[in-house]
Amino acid sequence: MVYAIEARSTRKVYGSGSFAVTALDNVSIAIRKGEFFTLLGPSGCGKTTLLRMIAGFETPTSGQILLNGQDISTQPPNQRPINTVFQSYALFPHLSVRENVGFGLKMKGRPDAQIAGTVERVLSLVKLEAMADRKPQQLSGGQQQRVALARALAPEPEVLLLDEPLSALDLKLRKEMQVELKRLQLELGITFIFVTHDQEEALTMSDRIGVMSAGHLLQVGPPREIYNRPVNRFVADFIGETNFIPATIAGGVATVAGGARLAVATDAPTGDHTIAVRPEHVRIGAEGDGALPATVGESVYFGTDSHVHLTLADGTAIVARQQSDATGAGVLAEGSRVGVSFADGSVQVLED
Amino acid sequence: MSKAEDKAARTETRSTWLLSAPALVLLLFAASGPLIIMLVYSFLTPGKYGNVIWEFSPDAWIGTILSRDIFDGTYSLADAHLTIFWRSVQLSLLTTLFTFLVGFPTAWFIATRTARTRALLLFLITIPFWTNLLIRTIAINQIIRNEGLLNTALLSLGVIDEPLVIIYTNVAVFIGMTYVYLPLMVLPLFAAIDRFDMRLLEAAYDLYASRWQVLRRVILPIVKPGVIAGSILVFIPALGAYVTPRILGGGRNMMIGNFIELQFGQGRNWPLGAALSVLLLVIVTVALMFYVRAATRSDSNG
Amino acid sequence: MAEKSFSASRIPGFATTAILVFCALYLPIVMLVLYSFNSGDSVAVWEGFSLKWYPLAWSNEQVRDVTLRSLTIALVASVVATTVATMAALGTTRRKKTKGQTLIYLMINQPLMVPEIVTAVALLIFFAAIKVATGYQGLGYLIAAHSAFCIPFAYLPIRARLEGMDKTLEVAAADLYASNWQAFRYVTLPLLLPGIVAGMMLAFVTSLDDVVITLFVKSAGQDTLPTYMLAQIRRSVPPDVNAISALLLLLTVIMLTLFFLLTRKRD
Ligand SMILES: Nc1ncnc2c1ncn2[C@@H]1O[C@H](COP(=O)(O)OP(=O)(O)OP(=O)(O)O)[C@@H](O)[C@H]1O
Ligand SMILES: [Mg+2]
Repeated sequence: MVYAIEARSTRKVYGSGSFAVTALDNVSIAIRKGEFFTLLGPSGCGKTTLLRMIAGFETPTSGQILLNGQDISTQPPNQRPINTVFQSYALFPHLSVRENVGFGLKMKGRPDAQIAGTVERVLSLVKLEAMADRKPQQLSGGQQQRVALARALAPEPEVLLLDEPLSALDLKLRKEMQVELKRLQLELGITFIFVTHDQEEALTMSDRIGVMSAGHLLQVGPPREIYNRPVNRFVADFIGETNFIPATIAGGVATVAGGARLAVATDAPTGDHTIAVRPEHVRIGAEGDGALPATVGESVYFGTDSHVHLTLADGTAIVARQQSDATGAGVLAEGSRVGVSFADGSVQVLED
Repeated sequence: MSKAEDKAARTETRSTWLLSAPALVLLLFAASGPLIIMLVYSFLTPGKYGNVIWEFSPDAWIGTILSRDIFDGTYSLADAHLTIFWRSVQLSLLTTLFTFLVGFPTAWFIATRTARTRALLLFLITIPFWTNLLIRTIAINQIIRNEGLLNTALLSLGVIDEPLVIIYTNVAVFIGMTYVYLPLMVLPLFAAIDRFDMRLLEAAYDLYASRWQVLRRVILPIVKPGVIAGSILVFIPALGAYVTPRILGGGRNMMIGNFIELQFGQGRNWPLGAALSVLLLVIVTVALMFYVRAATRSDSNG
Repeated sequence: MAEKSFSASRIPGFATTAILVFCALYLPIVMLVLYSFNSGDSVAVWEGFSLKWYPLAWSNEQVRDVTLRSLTIALVASVVATTVATMAALGTTRRKKTKGQTLIYLMINQPLMVPEIVTAVALLIFFAAIKVATGYQGLGYLIAAHSAFCIPFAYLPIRARLEGMDKTLEVAAADLYASNWQAFRYVTLPLLLPGIVAGMMLAFVTSLDDVVITLFVKSAGQDTLPTYMLAQIRRSVPPDVNAISALLLLLTVIMLTLFFLLTRKRD
């Protein structure tokens, strides 16, 4: 299969000698055509660096970047059919919205009439026809964001790179733009590589997510898989909330402190490991009957649901998420003793 | 580093040099390069009608540096040199000191105004800064001449019976240099004071420091880099001044600059002129090095 | 400093000194301008308003000649200095530090650090040798010298403007298929233009004002306005020279006001 973008054992080291910073360490990734791919990871993990190498603003220290199977590692950015929506937007302050959007086509030497037509079309796509003659400084943050998007889309790139494009917007605008971006991507069929450190954004928008940490790519997969089958503690912790419980695994059964036995995948590694359970998969019932004994702690009310803090027999603290009911009758008294169980198939064994 | 990265770094260095090259070539041709030729000329023999004869001679340097030696037999000439050097240094130092004494309150005053007034006052300081030095010297000349505005006013008020003779004295040169170089002192002082956190003052007053103590122990140390910068900016051009002493000092109150020029005119001693210029350059370089030292030291001390 | 400290703005004597300083700075210039309209030829006794010195100065063929020469030199030198300074600023700003950058700074700022008289002497010696060797006596020497010492004045505002410019803009241009040249032509240059104009104006004023270097470099009959004026000053300043000074002063003030308006837009 030919991928839209491939990175092969890509490394990037900034500086040299004792000042060397390894921003990316042997990252290999394959992004499919027409995919909405998200790079997710904490600040400084190398997301921007990877994006800049795909765009051509940086050359890899070693390894390759491929576009449609062709090595483009040393091609300058202006020769790559890849456009970027910059985090700071980087709109040209001396040009009008129209000129900004038409910039790429003009540089490509397209005839004026064609540029005008495309610009109109793209501006209507992002609903900015009315602002065409304004300067970027005369627009709101959200509008500037759309101009940046329109400018990157106008030359019809094969791949669009978006580096935290929504981080400067307020929550409401952010949600709107998430929907809009997804709609545009489906409509245009362009490969999107989207960078964010907001896990919710990644989960709602992406076809696939790549989770990064400290220059490494930890896991690649669809949102559901990333959420339900995190490969390690970092991924499990970074995406959503998770309870970690120490356990001993043998033959598809995890034994936790207090002797309770839980079913896990049969191919799970054996030995002492950590198991992960999402708070929404924690069930609270009566003591006994194979359930884990636990003591109820504080309950925090969140509107649609409440977080119930529990302490297991060995002192491990876990959280259960419970649907709120209208009367508040189901609220557990602090200090009461309960039995905890987990939903079928929800217990995940982590490799480290 | 990969080959591509290496290449990118080298391209970067090369483009820095290529882009700077035209400026550097021009500067080398018409600013820095000739300084070296000047040094060479200071070791040659003066020609009869100006210029030089290409024969090595240390006379020019002896005529400047070793002229202090009074047992040498040529001390009548050395005396004249010494007087000129001494006058130059004295006047430059006095100018520096006085511009500081009046410049500091001025800079302080500007820095403590509201933003709008401050911008206006700064602009008012900058206009004379960029105005032709010759014109400003002419303007001062009009004021302090015997028949000038000052004397006319004082005479008509009956304060004096005879015009004060200021023009063509050291005092005239001092007044003129203070006038023309004052903005060079005020601007860096302002820059330093502007960075100064006024709350430190309140803290000091709070601790029962007297005004004088506050000035000496709190304000001056903090604005020291500005004081040094201003002093250098005034001292260097003052030491090399030519126009102001020529117009206000007349032929008798020469400074080094005028004395150098003389060697290329009536003096017809190019090597001596060159040697004096090199000497001036050395003094200035030492002063600059002192500045850099002091500036970096006060930087590292926070 | 929105909330001025009461004590800070009121150190006794500071305000008085400052006001006296401003008066002392402006009194001589104002008087000079004022008396350029005096109908008598005294610069101390007012004898009534008259514009006569201006046409009188201008009717002097030599004044016209030196003015034209001054303007020619200032124009050519400021264009040359600004061009090379722009290139140097592009080469030395917003980049990783490369070896030799300190040397470049030192060389560019050299005219600011070396006393004018020293540069003047060095140029006199060097150019005299070239004049003998080539026989060429033209304005080229003055133009070269002026261009060189104007470089730092053009360089500083251009560099300041460049440093305040978002580097991502050029990256964005490259991302949008602009070649290096196109990125410069359509993004960097238009954004840099106010800095370039400001630098050129400073260079122009600097060249127009120069006395010492011109005095040493010029060949016979190559007086500029300042060296001509200097030569006219004997025991007193002739009223027509006064009038020219007033005009030059006006030109400087206009240029400076423009300069400030141009550079202020940045923030
Ligand atoms: N030009 C550079 N020179 C030196 N180090 C750099 C450079 N650019 C990035 N780095 C370092 O490389 C690492 C990765 O940076 P990068 O910008 O890719 O992180 P990021 O994942 O995009 O973070 P953020 O979410 O904060 O944008 C960081 O440690 C950063 O300090
Ligand atoms: Mg980033």
